[in-house]
Amino acid sequence: MSFSIKKQGDIVVVDVEGQLIVGNRQELKQKVLDELERGEKKFLIDFAQTGYIDSSGLGVLVSLSKKIREQGGELRLANLNDDLKTLFELTKLDTLFQIADTRERALSSF
Amino acid sequence: MPASPPSDAGLRVSLHLDIPSDVDYIERVVELVRHPCAELAYTQRQLALNVPVALSEALSNAILKGNGEDPRKRVSIHADVDACRLVVEISDEGAAFDLQAHTRDATAPENLEREDGRGLFLMQKLMDAVERVTDRPGNVIRMTLARA
Repeated sequence: MSFSIKKQGDIVVVDVEGQLIVGNRQELKQKVLDELERGEKKFLIDFAQTGYIDSSGLGVLVSLSKKIREQGGELRLANLNDDLKTLFELTKLDTLFQIADTRERALSSF
Repeated sequence: MPASPPSDAGLRVSLHLDIPSDVDYIERVVELVRHPCAELAYTQRQLALNVPVALSEALSNAILKGNGEDPRKRVSIHADVDACRLVVEISDEGAAFDLQAHTRDATAPENLEREDGRGLFLMQKLMDAVERVTDRPGNVIRMTLARA
């Protein structure tokens, strides 16, 4: 499991490889918060290479979304597979996040 | 004519695992339990969502809440998998708790933006049954999932 961060234009793109779970969620949170502190405002988290997400992973996404909004920024998600979509639907988090089917659509939606 | 492979009907896999109170073990336990489920043709959805997420939740609860991440305390996992169902029991050394009283509706408007509180909710949504086993010491949670 790992996270990679790169910039595409003025958007910070985070790829989540493997699981987003209790054991690594703080690493993701810290990486995004570091970018927020540097003044970045637009964030995209891409789940194309993600296995499963547990409740603490979902919790970190909720927390990051709030913190980014508080700083006047935006967080969007992309590439949830059918199982991850179901997870977001079960928790109604699909109503809280802007979720795009592809990275390209997410990038162009900012 | 080649013999047809034996049916899964009579096959049963039992696993007993014992881990320290460390969340870094969760992924390995999930893989060890998921593997026989895959062998027994549980659906892709069950292998990618129901089993890993519900099991991760139960293990995090046992490690973080039950045992308070105390390195002297252990979590044990017993899984029975056959072609009909997965039954997995997770035991920690913490005090027993009321499962229903601690489960809150994570989809209620007042809870939607909370960072915590989705673990037990997801276990109940993703498994056919989640219950506390009361006839044994410590805190034991049993989860059952029928093969779809």
